[in-house]
Amino acid sequence: MPNIYLAIALSPLVGAIVAGLFGKSIGRTGAHWVTTVSVAISFVLSVVVFKHVFADGGYYNASVYTWLVSDGIKFEIGFLIDQLTATMMIVVTFVSLMVHIYTIGYMHDDSGYQRFFSYISLFTFSMLMLVMSNNFMQLFFGWEAVGLVSYLLIGFWFKKETAIYANMKAFLVNRVGDFGFLLGIAAVLMYFGSLDYVTVFAAAPDMVGKTMQIIPGSDWSIMTVMCILLFIGAMGKSAQVPLHVWLPDSMEGPTPISALIHAATMVTAGIFMVARMSPLFEFSETALSFVLVIGAITAFFMGLLGLVQNDIKRVVAYSTLSQLGYMTVALGASAYAAGIFHLGTHAFFKALLFLGAGSVIIAMHHDQDIRNMGGLRKYMPITWITFLIGSLALIGAPGFSGFFSKDSIIEAVHASNLPGSDFAYLCVLGGVFITALYSFRMYFLVFHGKERMDEHTRAHLHESPAVVTVPLIMLAIPSVIIGYILVDDMAFGSYFGKSIFVLPQHDVLGQLSKDFHGPMGMITHALTQAPLWLAFGGVATAWFLYMKRPDIPEKIKNSATMGYKVLTEHYYFDKAYSYVFAGGSLGIGRFFWTVGDEKLIDGLMVNGTAKSIGWFSSIIRNFQTGYLYHYAFVMIIGLSVMLGWIVFN
Amino acid sequence: MVPLSNYLVLGGILFCLSMAGIFLNRKNIIIILMSIELMLLAVNMNFIAFSHYHGDTAGQIFVFFILTVAAAEAAIGLAILVVLFRNRNTINVEDIDTLKG
Amino acid sequence: MGIELILFYIFAVILIFASTMVVIVRNPVFAVLFLVLAFFTSSVLWIMLEAEFLAITLVLVYVGAVMVLFLFVVMMLDINLAPLKEGFIKYLPVGVLVGFIIAVEIILVVGPGNFGLDKVADPVGHAADYSNTKELGRVLYTKYMYPFEIAAVILLVAIIAAISLTLRKGRQTKYIKPEDQVSVRKEDRIRIVKMKSGE
Repeated sequence: MPNIYLAIALSPLVGAIVAGLFGKSIGRTGAHWVTTVSVAISFVLSVVVFKHVFADGGYYNASVYTWLVSDGIKFEIGFLIDQLTATMMIVVTFVSLMVHIYTIGYMHDDSGYQRFFSYISLFTFSMLMLVMSNNFMQLFFGWEAVGLVSYLLIGFWFKKETAIYANMKAFLVNRVGDFGFLLGIAAVLMYFGSLDYVTVFAAAPDMVGKTMQIIPGSDWSIMTVMCILLFIGAMGKSAQVPLHVWLPDSMEGPTPISALIHAATMVTAGIFMVARMSPLFEFSETALSFVLVIGAITAFFMGLLGLVQNDIKRVVAYSTLSQLGYMTVALGASAYAAGIFHLGTHAFFKALLFLGAGSVIIAMHHDQDIRNMGGLRKYMPITWITFLIGSLALIGAPGFSGFFSKDSIIEAVHASNLPGSDFAYLCVLGGVFITALYSFRMYFLVFHGKERMDEHTRAHLHESPAVVTVPLIMLAIPSVIIGYILVDDMAFGSYFGKSIFVLPQHDVLGQLSKDFHGPMGMITHALTQAPLWLAFGGVATAWFLYMKRPDIPEKIKNSATMGYKVLTEHYYFDKAYSYVFAGGSLGIGRFFWTVGDEKLIDGLMVNGTAKSIGWFSSIIRNFQTGYLYHYAFVMIIGLSVMLGWIVFN
Repeated sequence: MVPLSNYLVLGGILFCLSMAGIFLNRKNIIIILMSIELMLLAVNMNFIAFSHYHGDTAGQIFVFFILTVAAAEAAIGLAILVVLFRNRNTINVEDIDTLKG
Repeated sequence: MGIELILFYIFAVILIFASTMVVIVRNPVFAVLFLVLAFFTSSVLWIMLEAEFLAITLVLVYVGAVMVLFLFVVMMLDINLAPLKEGFIKYLPVGVLVGFIIAVEIILVVGPGNFGLDKVADPVGHAADYSNTKELGRVLYTKYMYPFEIAAVILLVAIIAAISLTLRKGRQTKYIKPEDQVSVRKEDRIRIVKMKSGE
């Protein structure tokens, strides 16, 4: 099996290298074949591994290469293959494969075709290294590598100024998160003396109750500090408030990237990481509470922003933020399985929504404003039906995959009794309504109602080619059925086995599973519960506001200017950041420039040295007359002084 | 019976005279060169005096080498002087101050 | 007062007089001649110190060669003497003062107090068959072999330097470039031409 694991991880890397370095010689067709085939190999082998793990109870944990040993601490590359990893591998490789195929159509006319394929294959490699890792070092490697590829791909159209700003922003905000993450890993290394998952997790119970002093005099629980630091890393990568600001801007990248990286896989790395670290997080209720509250805030308030966006991709982006919030809430409530379950279903339907949005964008000739769309249903039927499926899955319509995962999370939060869980419950309930409202606002504006595009665009409207629609259909199928199939096992069963660890007193999913009577039972049960009716209420409101009475949103906008302004300005996060951090560092930089650099270094040290030497030599040069007899005279003076010293001593 | 101190004092006086010569004839480079020869003579005088009174030939060997170097120095110095005069048409030391900082 | 001491004082006075004249005379030609006198007198004093070889060398080499060279140069150069003596009177007090101070200091150091007859006794004279030249040569070619050779090289360098400094390249001067001669190849010198036989 180890060779298969290696092949899974390295095959996309080979594809990326070939397409990246030899892109010119193998041509466009060669580039997409080599990368798509390499990812397809990964996918097929992942299926083999999946079967091995689930059907034959396979488990693997070993190092394949020791990079270096320093002071007894090993830095290794190794694989930990269990249920969690196998699931993530399937999700990553499947979505990646779909995106590869889709890209053939979407990027058809782009000049950076080979480069693009090289990047997304490289991304697949990095993400696989991240999820398959068996130690913190390799996790960090994958973590940074996906961040790098994300940076490259957001700025893929590097001649577009906004794209460059967006990728810079993503990079900087992620650095903040990574700083916390790195500190967390350092704390792990410091207190556990190892970077190996299994070693660290085994030692975790002994660490409970131990304290450290960061500020002298105050005792902080080591586990809490460690977990919160690690979670800060997750906040950056998974775009949780307040480090979410980069994700909406990342939509400057090509749409396949938004689907692959900024919806389905990379942003869920944080979720995966926390689930993987469940043996650590379980021992700190404070950290769990923190995770819960951050997730709840993200889930509700980011959804709210989706209501006022007019760019089709940004609506989906804010929806991604909100759904990531849901996953984080699940983690905070110790319902890791539900979080990963939602991660999986979300990967499919969000990738579907993004690719559907991409299909619409192709048809609209790269106009992304939903106010210029409408009535697209009859022009692009496949996109329409798959998009509708995606939206239904997103809002949690009964039977669709999103329903099962999201309902499990809501129930889990309801059952949780951690501090902050009541607040979180309110947020996720409100989030359901909001999700339905913005999703169907977008859906109605794009596919129904008046055709608001100009004549020229309308004349050219047509369904996208097969390379675009086939991935849509391929993604629509799991979006519908996967929840129904997996909910029993994944959320409430023993699907994850030992790979996720939950303390008995936190085991909300365990409690819920007592009342669980199969997926059909869950659907009938939901009919009597608030979330479903909130979702339907959201859809109905959207229909009423944007189909029946389109004048009402205008009126609301005009009457509630304050609230509207707050939303369109994204709660002033960007402004505050650019004022405080960007402005602050500019100020500090200017201070160092004018005072430190110009005055101190240039003025005092560099020019000052020169000046004082110049001043000194302006005196000394008077001795340097150039006349021989002056030099001789000075020598004679010296001689007489020396002789005098000899005589009178 | 001449005491050693007489020769040494004579060398000292010679040295001071040539020094004063360099100092007073601040214009004429030839006189300066000759004063330097005089200085070397004073030093040689001391060497030979010590050599005689200590019964050690090393002092005379030293004088031998000084004479050699002084001859070389005089030859090169005069050559430079000739070139200098040829190029600048002067041997006035005050005109030669390109060393001035 | 012995005869030696009288002779010493006579020649010492001549030597001091000659050196003073070297410094103060107006005409450089006279200065050179007084310098020659100074060298002669020192040579006499050196003979009194039983350094016969060096005394003769001083006369032969210095007076015979170096001083003549000086004289030659002084006369060859067409020097306007008037400005060269400017400022002599002006600097005289300072020069005399500094010279006097140093002379006093030197005398204090090397005077009779430290190097009188009671401190350093007058050595016994050498035997009649003693040869200063032979003795010097013996030491020079054994103990001081390397310095001697270095001195020879220095003299050679001085000769070359003096010649190359004063050499004036005429327009018609013909000379060879050794580096070109060394690096010459046969292709530069000979050209092989193929011809049919019998033509």
